[in-house]
Amino acid sequence: MADEIILRVTRYRPEQSPLPFHEDFAVPFRNDMMVLDALAYVKDHMDGSLAFRWSCRMGICGSCGASVEGTPRLTCSTFLHEIRKPIVRVGPLGHFPVIKDLVVDMDDFMRKLQQVMPWIIRESEKPLERGEYSQLPEQVELYRQQSLCINCMICYAGCPVYGLEPEFIGPAALALAYRYNVDTRDHGSKERLARLIGRTGLWECTYVGECSVVCPKNVDPAGAIQRLKAPGAIQAIQILLPPILRR
Amino acid sequence: MERFSHDLVIVGGGAAGLRAAIAAAEESPHLDIVIISKVYPMRSHTVSAEGGLAAVLRDYDTLDLHAFDTVKGSDFLADQDAVELFTREAPKEIIQLEHWGCPWSRDPDGRIAVRAFGGMSVKRTIFAADKVGFHLLHTLFQHSLKYDNIQRLDEWFVTSLVREGQRVIGATALDLRTGTMAGLTGKAFILTTGGAGRAFQFTTNGMIKTGDGMAMAYRAGAPLKDMEFVQFHPTALPGTGILITEASRGEGGYLRNADGDRFLKSYVPGKMELGPRDLLSRAIMTEIREGRGIEGPYGPHVHLDLTHLGRKVLSERLPMVTELAEKYVGINPEEESIPVRPGVHYMMGGVHTDATGQTSLAGLYAAGETACVSINGANRLGSNSLTECLVFGARAGLAAGRYARQASEVELPTEAVQAEEARLYDDLLGRERGGRGVAEIREELQTTMEDHVGISRDAASLSEATKVLARLKGSFEKVEVADKDRVFNTELTSVLELESMLTVAEAIVHSALRRTETRGAHFRTDFPERDDENFLAHTVVTQGETGPEIEYLPVTITRWKPEARVY
Repeated sequence: MADEIILRVTRYRPEQSPLPFHEDFAVPFRNDMMVLDALAYVKDHMDGSLAFRWSCRMGICGSCGASVEGTPRLTCSTFLHEIRKPIVRVGPLGHFPVIKDLVVDMDDFMRKLQQVMPWIIRESEKPLERGEYSQLPEQVELYRQQSLCINCMICYAGCPVYGLEPEFIGPAALALAYRYNVDTRDHGSKERLARLIGRTGLWECTYVGECSVVCPKNVDPAGAIQRLKAPGAIQAIQILLPPILRR
Repeated sequence: MERFSHDLVIVGGGAAGLRAAIAAAEESPHLDIVIISKVYPMRSHTVSAEGGLAAVLRDYDTLDLHAFDTVKGSDFLADQDAVELFTREAPKEIIQLEHWGCPWSRDPDGRIAVRAFGGMSVKRTIFAADKVGFHLLHTLFQHSLKYDNIQRLDEWFVTSLVREGQRVIGATALDLRTGTMAGLTGKAFILTTGGAGRAFQFTTNGMIKTGDGMAMAYRAGAPLKDMEFVQFHPTALPGTGILITEASRGEGGYLRNADGDRFLKSYVPGKMELGPRDLLSRAIMTEIREGRGIEGPYGPHVHLDLTHLGRKVLSERLPMVTELAEKYVGINPEEESIPVRPGVHYMMGGVHTDATGQTSLAGLYAAGETACVSINGANRLGSNSLTECLVFGARAGLAAGRYARQASEVELPTEAVQAEEARLYDDLLGRERGGRGVAEIREELQTTMEDHVGISRDAASLSEATKVLARLKGSFEKVEVADKDRVFNTELTSVLELESMLTVAEAIVHSALRRTETRGAHFRTDFPERDDENFLAHTVVTQGETGPEIEYLPVTITRWKPEARVY
């Protein structure tokens, strides 16, 4: 591969222009270079005004999601050489309002995380002196996969439903609800489900499954949403029943 | 100019900050708490911690043994009363996090599992596979969403603390999204902004670890303590600096040199791969210097051999190491050794506090890596720092919350915010044409710290570093800011971060120059022995008129007299 690649960045600088624009940067290429390294090179050596979020550069802090060649990815974990193109297009994550360049507005996502009550809900708390709640390794396994979400929002950028219906709670938040609902220490599944069975919740998901395809951490939100649908349906029906028939 | 007022302002949203907020919120549901951070809480660097956190949970273990291991690990510079308190409160914090849903790894019988770690005499490190920091951070963050009285200002950069007499009453902050400045009045403040690893070239730390809280406190007149003690983690990936957890050795991994020898037998025969980090990092550098390193595209390194651990251990207990090795160096650790070399990992030093997190200024507290209590002394043991964030985060949250409840009303003067606005907008953004760019100055700072203030130091290298730093401070005065936008100006925040790093670097270098002995991570080739006669003392550095001013404070010794540190 050539020793230089062109990074074609979709930029947006609201104080300079009301419209987004493309800008090409010729960046020296190394075979072990991530897309993030190229962005950092531009910022340090070519144009200090380029705005993007990053921190850990090891795929765990979730800051650096962007659209790379049209696919939402973590830029710190995407090798330039994987893309095999002389020009690599990078833009902000889709489906989110853009603040500047690759920096998108996270307010909606943060609200949705809180909306699903992602904390342990118990009827009564055991005093700390009495130690931990026992949990067998296989019980941890029930929720482990969905506890691995790094909140990178890549699944929202991949989800066609969220693109059309911004009120949809969306993959990561629903996966998080599932994570707490199947935790043996939690008693809050009814309360949580009640927040998921409304118009903007579970039923919006048409099981395209794109969220699970693009997820960099193999959290499988699509699978989690499917598994929430059965208890969600039962709870939804119970609400319609006269009280005597509810369990 | 916006104005905000809160009872308790917590700067930084990592493990220590979130734990402080929750402790304060639980004790007083009416306390108005805000967490202000330059990043969203989930992005905080706690997320990158991998191996585990230490606490005594098992019958075979004792609080005394954990305390002694910590004191010995610290090369006897830790304050022993603080260490004893720390080990006493640690188990409760682990259980608390369990109750809040943290997915700790479990034994087959359902109990919280423990693993071996460097410098710990017995297995006492609690873990959640090897994504411990990640799970800890997300558990705390998600749990914090439950409290109505914890608000957040995400992506706000605190630029300075404001004092009234000897009390901190406010802060100035930049809203990154809009670029507007705000004045933040607070009855109490807690700094939980982590360390400053990014002042060095080769580090395990994320980009955000620029020492902002330490620098802010120092500039406001709160002294820093023991800043010369910079921990190098023995096993980082060459090139990127990505951390390969000590748990990989806790689970049985070997370090080997170019000859395939487990060279640690010549350095720490009693502990081998589970020796403390200062000694292991130095041993690796000795192997490399004496020609037994392995050459690679990013310089010489040694090998971390996990091939004998088997697929089950790698996938269940070290999945992140497996993922990182495959992703970033193209190695399957089941079949091949991982190239590693020491990298800057952690600051033992920090803002001088007591065991409640109180700094030298009223209304100002600090906890976690930002603070120096000190339980870590001259060398922190692996898996003590996350526990420290919990124990001292909670203590600072309670102490600062109580202070805020009884403290008198304060009002941040408008002039303080105006002065900061003038500095950022007129001076930095408004300058027509600057000198050197921020990246260029930062790079020189990082290589200087790496070359002259690294694993080994001497008077000549440290003096050279003071000269370079003085010159870089001059360059910084004229730093170029090409981006004039207000909205999300990350060039401007890079400038503020560079200022923090230069400040912290100066404190590190001057403290290191004055300590003419070798202790823990501070290895002076010109003074290779520990000198208890003159330096069994904490370095306290204050910003003076003409530069850093240094004095020494006694170490608190309760039960363990300093002895030779042999492993």
